[in-house]
Amino acid sequence: MILDEGISASASRIEKVSDFFGKMTWYCTLLMVIAGAYNAIVRSLAGWAHIDPSDASTFKRVLHWVGEVARQGSSNTFIEIQWYFFSLIFLMGAAHALKTGAHVRVDIFYNRLSRRAKAWTNVSGTLIFLLPFCALMIGTSWPAVTDSWARLEVSPDPGGLPRYPLLTIIPLAFILLMAQGLAFAAREALHLFHPPEPNHQIKENGI
Amino acid sequence: MGFEWLAPLMFVVALILIFSGYPVAFALGGVSLIFAVIGISVGYFDGHLMLALPDRLFGIMSNYTLLAVPFFIFMGTMLEKSHLARDLLHTIGLLFGPVRGGLAFAVIFVGVLLAAATGIVGASVVAMGMIALPVMLNNGYSKELSAGVITATGTLGQIIPPSVVLVVLADQLGVSVGDLFIGALVPGVLLAMLYALYATGVAVIKPSAAPAIPKTVREEEHGELLRKIFLVMLPPLLLIFIVLGSIFAGIATPTESGALGAVGAIILAALNGRLNKKALMQTMEETAKLTAMVMMLLIASTAFALIFRGLDGGIWIEDLLINLPGGVIGFLLLANLAIFILGFFIDFFEIAFIIIPLMVLPAAHLLSPMLGVPESTALVWFGVMVGMNLQTSFLTPPFGFALFYLRGVAPLEMKTEAIYRGAIPFIGIQVLGLVLLILFPDLVLWAL
Repeated sequence: MILDEGISASASRIEKVSDFFGKMTWYCTLLMVIAGAYNAIVRSLAGWAHIDPSDASTFKRVLHWVGEVARQGSSNTFIEIQWYFFSLIFLMGAAHALKTGAHVRVDIFYNRLSRRAKAWTNVSGTLIFLLPFCALMIGTSWPAVTDSWARLEVSPDPGGLPRYPLLTIIPLAFILLMAQGLAFAAREALHLFHPPEPNHQIKENGI
Repeated sequence: MGFEWLAPLMFVVALILIFSGYPVAFALGGVSLIFAVIGISVGYFDGHLMLALPDRLFGIMSNYTLLAVPFFIFMGTMLEKSHLARDLLHTIGLLFGPVRGGLAFAVIFVGVLLAAATGIVGASVVAMGMIALPVMLNNGYSKELSAGVITATGTLGQIIPPSVVLVVLADQLGVSVGDLFIGALVPGVLLAMLYALYATGVAVIKPSAAPAIPKTVREEEHGELLRKIFLVMLPPLLLIFIVLGSIFAGIATPTESGALGAVGAIILAALNGRLNKKALMQTMEETAKLTAMVMMLLIASTAFALIFRGLDGGIWIEDLLINLPGGVIGFLLLANLAIFILGFFIDFFEIAFIIIPLMVLPAAHLLSPMLGVPESTALVWFGVMVGMNLQTSFLTPPFGFALFYLRGVAPLEMKTEAIYRGAIPFIGIQVLGLVLLILFPDLVLWAL
């Protein structure tokens, strides 16, 4: 029992971390939408900068001025920030998505399994599929990350963002996903050995 | 060396293990790794290929087209969570309600335009079912017609632009999103019109199945109607038209339009007094989770493709498809059959990420001479056909996804058989649509 509680508490701690980053990604979606809309507006308005400012019409001079402001306001920083947010959303959100069951399953057979068989699927799937896959992603991305840090790699475009912090997110995300996978497998394993609700067991034995 | 069979085996094992019910992304990633290890240990696979993985991942992260995915998810979810889609259905229902079959028109109209086109068939059908099913049943529509209209339009919304499914399909086919949007427009609208025609037919032949909304119900809100048309109906329509129009006119990229559409949806919700913390948080949460799900699936599929091709699986399957007996007809038959059957079990995204990449080369090679157009244009037609075929698959009993999900939100007195029976006429319409698409490719190609 003490072991169970220890496992449960560790799983909860990992889940808290997953939740924290997961919720962070919720806000990233809004920031990404704002950045994307800003970029779209600025790019289309910047076309007005080509209007001749010496034109007699005040309207055209205003358009030119708006275009100039938009042109000044457009920068690769904002263009890149939107896909930085995008990357953060799916990389750092993957663990939270696992915790909340958001990753799609082909459930035609799974739905018909008993709770116990589902637990077996989840434990073995995590051990055979999820953990090795995370290890693969961490292992293969590691050289790219250290290389990027060594060069303090920056976007080749003027005003572009540094790349090394973003690349670092890749192994971090898969470490988090791995930890969440362990927590998930542990919870499912507890389910396997000590079904929490006696009702559950009776129902399953009845089938 | 004699290990050519590894790739076909990998494909079959991956398909089987996906059915284990473990999240598809990780099952796929895990299988790929296992076969990479086998390939390396027998000396048939070059392990250095694996080092291309971070590059591929970075390519996904910085992919400008895929950036449109979360934007369109955000837009669709915002319209749903702020109940703007529901309001729109009520208003159009009031407008068309006095006509027999009018409520079915309203559902088709709203479904096609606004059905949370987030690419998840289940979510879309559930949303439409929750909004539209009670309204139709309470107004005396037959269970069959209600179920058929809702499942058919809920799935059609997925392949009518702007839609997330078309964005990922375009990315996988290597064609422009704008081209696929414009290619899918006419076939999609044609299907919607055929649905409406069928509903009209039912209303004429069997008026009790699609009655007009009684006068007493209508008069209650009569004074409000005009105001509602302007405040509730026109703004969302305008938003969709601006988003699509700016893409078709070439003013904005699909990604830009998606971002503006998402902001537009927030503004619309605010103007209707529906922008509260709950709706916004739900939208953000849904967008983040769906994005994480879709993109993880893509990352795992990328690993799968890399290793599958490393084991010469690409050559194997492309040879197989190009050299089918019957040439292009054989290819179309097999491709359609495979996609139709897979569609019983797996959703749009899995098919787009796992199956479609294997078909791109043969499709371009075989369809381009058949249609007499460049390869990229032929792939647009292929993409529309795949979308329409999958939609049919989702409607087909007993496995069809859409029917299954409608069952989940339908009242208990609505028998599963009624849902099945309701879907059958719409499957007929789908098949007619597919045949028309193949006989008249110009339905897709006219604008390209």
